[in-house]
Amino acid sequence: MSRLVDVFLHALTQGSLYALIALGYTLVYGILRFINFAHSDVVMVGAWVSYTLAGVFGWAATGSPAIAMPVVLILTMGICAVLGFTIERLAYRPLRRAPRLNVLITAIGVSLFLEHAGRLDAVFGPDPVSMPKLLSEEPLFHIAGVAVPIVDATVVFLAIALLLLLEWLVYRTKLGAAMRAVSFDERTASLMGINVDRVVSITFLIGSALAAAGGMFYGLKYGQLDVTAGSVWVLLGLKAFVAAVVGGIGNIRGAVAGAFLIAFVENFMATYASPAFQDAYVFAILIIVLLVKPGGLFGSVTREKV
Amino acid sequence: MNLCAWRTSKLVMTMALALVATTACNSKRNSSGGGGSDPTPGSGTGAGPAATGPILIGHFASMSGAEATFGQSTDNGVRLAMEERNAAIDAGKLKGRKIEVKTLDDQGKTQEAGTAVNRLINEDHVVAILGEVASGLSLAGGAVAQHYSVPMISPSSTNPQVTQVGDMIFRVCFLDEFQGKVMAKFAKDELKATKVAILFDQSQPYSQGLADFFEKPFTEAGGTIVTRQAYNSSNPDVSAQLSSVKEAAPDLVVLPGYYTQAANIARQARKLDITVPFLGGDGWDSSKLEEIGGDAVQGSYYSNHYSPEEQSPVVQEFVKKYQAKYNQLPDGLAALGYDAANLLFQAIDKSPSLSGKDLAATIAASKDFVGVTGAITIDPNRDASKSAVVVQVDHGKRTPIKRYPADLK
Amino acid sequence: MKTLAQRVPELTPGLLPTLGRSIWPFLAGFGFAYLMQVGIAPAVGEFYGSLLVNIGIAIVLAVSLNIVNGFAGQFSIGHAGFMLVGGNAAAAIVYYGSIKLWGSPEIHGGFLGPGELLLVAGCVAGGLWAAFAGLIVGLPSLRLRGDYLAIVTLGFGEIMRVLVTQTGPQLRGKDAAEASWFTLMTKLNGNLGFSNPQGAYLDPQNPFWVWVFVSILLIVAYRLKSSTHGRALLAVRENEVAAEAMGVPTTRAKVSAFVLAAFFAGIGGALFAHELGSTLKPDPSTLGFQKSFDIVIMVVIGGMGSITGAVLAAVILTVMPELFREFDQYRMIVYALALIFMMILRPQGLMGLRELWDTSWWRRIFRRGGAS
Repeated sequence: MSRLVDVFLHALTQGSLYALIALGYTLVYGILRFINFAHSDVVMVGAWVSYTLAGVFGWAATGSPAIAMPVVLILTMGICAVLGFTIERLAYRPLRRAPRLNVLITAIGVSLFLEHAGRLDAVFGPDPVSMPKLLSEEPLFHIAGVAVPIVDATVVFLAIALLLLLEWLVYRTKLGAAMRAVSFDERTASLMGINVDRVVSITFLIGSALAAAGGMFYGLKYGQLDVTAGSVWVLLGLKAFVAAVVGGIGNIRGAVAGAFLIAFVENFMATYASPAFQDAYVFAILIIVLLVKPGGLFGSVTREKV
Repeated sequence: MNLCAWRTSKLVMTMALALVATTACNSKRNSSGGGGSDPTPGSGTGAGPAATGPILIGHFASMSGAEATFGQSTDNGVRLAMEERNAAIDAGKLKGRKIEVKTLDDQGKTQEAGTAVNRLINEDHVVAILGEVASGLSLAGGAVAQHYSVPMISPSSTNPQVTQVGDMIFRVCFLDEFQGKVMAKFAKDELKATKVAILFDQSQPYSQGLADFFEKPFTEAGGTIVTRQAYNSSNPDVSAQLSSVKEAAPDLVVLPGYYTQAANIARQARKLDITVPFLGGDGWDSSKLEEIGGDAVQGSYYSNHYSPEEQSPVVQEFVKKYQAKYNQLPDGLAALGYDAANLLFQAIDKSPSLSGKDLAATIAASKDFVGVTGAITIDPNRDASKSAVVVQVDHGKRTPIKRYPADLK
Repeated sequence: MKTLAQRVPELTPGLLPTLGRSIWPFLAGFGFAYLMQVGIAPAVGEFYGSLLVNIGIAIVLAVSLNIVNGFAGQFSIGHAGFMLVGGNAAAAIVYYGSIKLWGSPEIHGGFLGPGELLLVAGCVAGGLWAAFAGLIVGLPSLRLRGDYLAIVTLGFGEIMRVLVTQTGPQLRGKDAAEASWFTLMTKLNGNLGFSNPQGAYLDPQNPFWVWVFVSILLIVAYRLKSSTHGRALLAVRENEVAAEAMGVPTTRAKVSAFVLAAFFAGIGGALFAHELGSTLKPDPSTLGFQKSFDIVIMVVIGGMGSITGAVLAAVILTVMPELFREFDQYRMIVYALALIFMMILRPQGLMGLRELWDTSWWRRIFRRGGAS
């Protein structure tokens, strides 16, 4: 019983992380219809920036004040939002009218650049590091004899708060309406007086800020940051991306649902079947879902009109 | 449309010109540097190396990519050995020719490793090759070195398949089989463990191999493996595996992986109230182990090639020199790189000629070479027969607990 | 007055003349491969010879992916998965086959010896096996549109990779000789990757078969591009709905392009498996999604749909990293920036849609009969 609860809690935390990252993919895809392969690197930069900030403020040692975590979180999200904005401005905007494969290659270029520039000594350095404990690992409460550490509880709580904030932003504000309009039909939206460039920029700001939060939470939960060119980040991004696709790419609620589905299947199969195929399960779900429902769980297949 | 075509033509022309120019440059460099014609396969590089001036040695390593720290540590060790030797020659303390090391990056990719070794042999005309850390890359580079009959010494590839490539491939580290035996003996005799859980990294052949090599002697000695769990180094979440470990209630957890994963697992295990000690292999050897693992890894044991705490003069002198040059404590990879380079230099001095065959024969005859990582004797399988030490992690120090001789039964 | 239908058999040339006309490009290709073997390879020496082998294999991969990505406009990023499937099959057939036939996996016979014939059989078998995998993946997933297909191919490649990592260690000597083929096919050396410790058939001085397969692929791709099937693919790429309205069987066209590309990707993997100094290590950069991306980059940089463009890009992208090798940690940064600038400044790739002989400077040099 306690094992079941344990696995459930882990899946919940992991699912929230996937969800934060998956939203970046789904937002960009919804509006620009391209897979932003550099997104996982924004996650990586987010994690490393939060590590660097904690060091700069001197909170890397033990006993960081309660204020540490929100300050670092907000600064990290801000820095990464600017990074996402810059990437879009410099690398993607010139290609707005180009074939999508070109943008994809550019995204791979950006991704390689961030990974390899990040590992220079002057940037983040070539070694894996341990993330400072900005949150305590003490148990907050117990469920069926399983301790729930403060870290996990905060991560889940903050992730859900950010998701609700995004939901509100997209479905309840004027900006959100503009975003949905651009996603529906870019040209008509621009004819209706919506500044498409601005909406795209804002989308990248939001997506990157969420990715940064995901990266930082990831560091807090696992306490360790892989090297910038490490496969951990790529795989994390890939799984979040799979989550977005499974949920129906372009669909915000779908991405969240997909993220939790992936996390639960991955964790339960790894525990009760075999952990050897942990990554294969994720891709297997992807293929099965797409074959049964080609648009993803919550997506709709758009019929092409002539 | 026309304009477009014009631009293409200009672009293509420029590219073609650039290609021609670079090829021309390269061939010019060849003729001035090596002066050799193309050696035919199997005949060695007799035509290549010059008879005077420094002797060129090649080192292929992951200088970029995810495993860059491995390559850089090893390269530091190799270069320290080179500078020491050259300084000794300058000072008149040592006779012989100076050595120059040329390092090429393989990005941790197998195909690149093969190409890098090919380039070192056929373009730079090196007399011998040093490298790699990862066994998969040593296999790829070793196949090329063997093809051209140039001796290659791997400083730290512990997989048995590496030296099976051919009679030109050597290593100065012990094998995983020996290390597994050492760990099993230590677990059984010193830690008195009977029920052991193993967590291994299935994406690393090293980890998988070491897990097998631990399991066999340990169960033969009467121990039980209560659970054996696989994880993947690209996935830091091992909660599923750890919950199985917890259920099995072992009295020792064996983590035959690299330090980043081992430290991470140790942390997560302590969070889950798994309080038994951890035992690891030489992949743990890094100053980053404690930085990442924190309190969770304190008091854990791992088997290693050497400990910087060992009081032998060879070790202490090496540690001092290394710290003076690089301002950090040498890890096992640096020490092995240093030993591999020195063993090779010794063979170069003793060898009747610098041909691949003679040099390989001289390396094969190395006996009781005094290295930082212990006395090295090359056995008939071209593997190093040497001792291992089990150390305990203790707040920045690596306390040597027990040394196991090479002929451990 | 005969109807058109009646005149078709009369106008169709007989078997022999057709064969005669189709065979000469292949003969020329074999001649070219032979020239590479006896002329070019010894002349350029070992290192440049190995670079040429790398280039040949890169051409096979880039041009074959171009059939799916360039001609048919379907976005596949699982090419390395087919390489892995074909490469492992071929490597196992040649290695274990040699042990069963001759008792040892050493190189049997020099140029065109019995070992090389086994190699060719292995390559073709690897290609067919990969094509079969392509059919299995392609049939259902080609009903998906654009990006979804890309994701499924990516997933397929990764699943294949994980499966290979779970295989047992390579058997040697007597163990291999006594084991059944079924067992042997599950002994692909797991994470370490399959390799023949006794040598490689395609060393820098023996590139013949690489260039034979390059020639065959180039001829097939060129002919395909101007054939009915190729035009159907191009129509699918330009507008799938319109193509379907014009009676093009779009699904069949896409699946056949996919299977053909998988076949040659399998051969590319098989050639890669037998190259000197390469192992079939199932990691992301050797035979995983990173490798797939590398091949996609070649196709896009060359120009989607341009065969000579893909060849050119394969050459440049194989030579360039070699020139920058000494930059160590800055190498990939330069490469990444070059990629971004290339895409922004020249989004259509080096050649765009055209072939080498469509460019104006080619015409200026060769003055082809004042055409256009």
